[in-house]
Amino acid sequence: MNLALHDIRHNVSRFVLTAVGIGLLLMIVLGMSGIYRGLIDDALVVVDHIGADLWVVQRGTRGPFAEISRVPANLEHRLRAVPGVASARTFVSHNVQREHLGKPLRMNVLGLAWPEDKGEWVNLIAGRPLGQPHYEMIADASLGLPLGEKLALGKDTYTVVGITRGMVASSGDGIAFLTTRDSQAVQFDQSGEAIRLERAARVQRVRVNDVGRIQPSFIERGGGPSSSIPALASPMVSAITVRLSPGVDPAAVAAIIAAWPDVSVHTRDGQEQLLAYGMIDKARRQLGLFRVLLVVISTIIMALILYTLTLDKIHDIAMLKLMGARNTMIAGLILQQALLLGALGFGIAWYVGGFVFPKFPRRVLITPDDLWGLAGVVVLISVLSSLLGIWKAMRVEPNTVLS
Amino acid sequence: MNPPPDNTPAIEVFALTKTYGSGNTEVVAMKDVSLRVAKGEVIALLGPSGAGKSTLLTAMGLINPPTSGRITIGGRPVLDGPKPLVDLRAFRRHHLGFVFQKANLIPFLNAVQNVQVALEINDVPARAARRRALELLDYLGVADRANNLPSALSGGQQQRVSVARALANDPNLILADEPTAALDSHRGRQVMELFRKVAHERGAGVIVVTHDQRSLDVFDRTLEMEDGQLKSSQKPD
Repeated sequence: MNLALHDIRHNVSRFVLTAVGIGLLLMIVLGMSGIYRGLIDDALVVVDHIGADLWVVQRGTRGPFAEISRVPANLEHRLRAVPGVASARTFVSHNVQREHLGKPLRMNVLGLAWPEDKGEWVNLIAGRPLGQPHYEMIADASLGLPLGEKLALGKDTYTVVGITRGMVASSGDGIAFLTTRDSQAVQFDQSGEAIRLERAARVQRVRVNDVGRIQPSFIERGGGPSSSIPALASPMVSAITVRLSPGVDPAAVAAIIAAWPDVSVHTRDGQEQLLAYGMIDKARRQLGLFRVLLVVISTIIMALILYTLTLDKIHDIAMLKLMGARNTMIAGLILQQALLLGALGFGIAWYVGGFVFPKFPRRVLITPDDLWGLAGVVVLISVLSSLLGIWKAMRVEPNTVLS
Repeated sequence: MNPPPDNTPAIEVFALTKTYGSGNTEVVAMKDVSLRVAKGEVIALLGPSGAGKSTLLTAMGLINPPTSGRITIGGRPVLDGPKPLVDLRAFRRHHLGFVFQKANLIPFLNAVQNVQVALEINDVPARAARRRALELLDYLGVADRANNLPSALSGGQQQRVSVARALANDPNLILADEPTAALDSHRGRQVMELFRKVAHERGAGVIVVTHDQRSLDVFDRTLEMEDGQLKSSQKPD
């Protein structure tokens, strides 16, 4: 006869309500794990999908995921000449926030190196890759932009031609894929007045300079567009991504590029490590601490509940002892209830979480490992929390029945 | 046919003394009590409150060991002063049955399960335990309430179930502490007669602490305690 089950059946509503409470607590623990996994997965999604073997960035920096990195766009040509390099592409990434339909719209703009890269590699769930070098974009579903939607960014309007799922930056903002040129146009967009003031300042700088006095045509050129002045560089990009030929050792190629004095080079693993343990390190540790705290709180709450349930049964436990019941039978009654409470709580956490987590603004990624891990934690806290009740039960004297 | 009580002792106690505290605060709850109860004998233990009846009963029930004296149950020495000579809990499991003023049934088990659990504690397989529990409930006239929870039973029915539970493992000795106090006189007498029936038919020694003078004719013998000592022993008229 299973006394634990009989007792639960007798007080089923109280047991279920308690399990719901424990389940919701465990759901938060599970959610914390999911948010943590989601953070890492979101952070790595771009690096994983781009699939570059090497990231060439501004000298002395850790790359665009950690800090501002600027390298000239033409660096890609130099990199293509390195033995073992199969391809090199510009990488531009920056965040923008605009008003759209009266709501703030925050997105990460990522440049695709048109025409080599039209965005065939992204997770398209609707629409198509980019079909022209300007004014088209692929937007992640999290941005809420439907196919065909037109979005004004800078001085141009872009049409959504493709929708992706799960393509977000480490900040959790959905990614909008534009061509590199378009993304730079968005990044370096200035108002007409700002351009006029810059041109006037430029003319003034040339005018007070010897060059302007010797060559008056420079003054005239200084008032024109930047692109018509050869001395001014074209806009910088965030990084150059490099793919290597099959069988080439990334470390060997990285060693060659690292010897260049104007750039730094990071392997794919290095960027992933940087993202997973650098960018989101504090958030990761914070979530980890919260998780530990919640597990401790859950254990304490469960222990108190089981202790109370044991107190309710003290008289019955004393009677069982009087009848000669072994300690294992009495401890088993409490331990089984703790495990059943934990198991039901775990089931509730899993089931309710399945409905709740997808509604969170950031991705909550629950992996089988996390579920197994939580199951292990639940067993552990069930056992630990039953100890208080078992301790109390063991101290009950059979003659309590007479009191 | 009811066999007469035989002379094999269900329990023998020798010079039991129980004191609480020490020095100036020492209280003697029981002093130099000796008695012998044969198998099949039903004994009433009488006396005013504080006479030491419950102390004697719990000592004989191996749940409150005496300070000194010896207890032998079914011919086997079990306590020498406070020192146990056997595993007391296991011994209770096999050889003793208890009935109290309150039935003390486990509230989340129905009547048959309350009896069954006493058997399963004694390692009787579940199916056999259930069969035996049903037989006992039938013997005590409450088989029709076998599947009822204690909360759905009357006081008398609960007490019958608790007697069935006490009988479950065919104990040498049944100890009952004011088992009829919560019952009306009619049901109280029924329970007392039940003890007599159990003792005579099953050969168990039964010791009943009671204040109920109206049912004394049911007992083979009455013992009276006062100030922790056994004062008299007599057969009712």
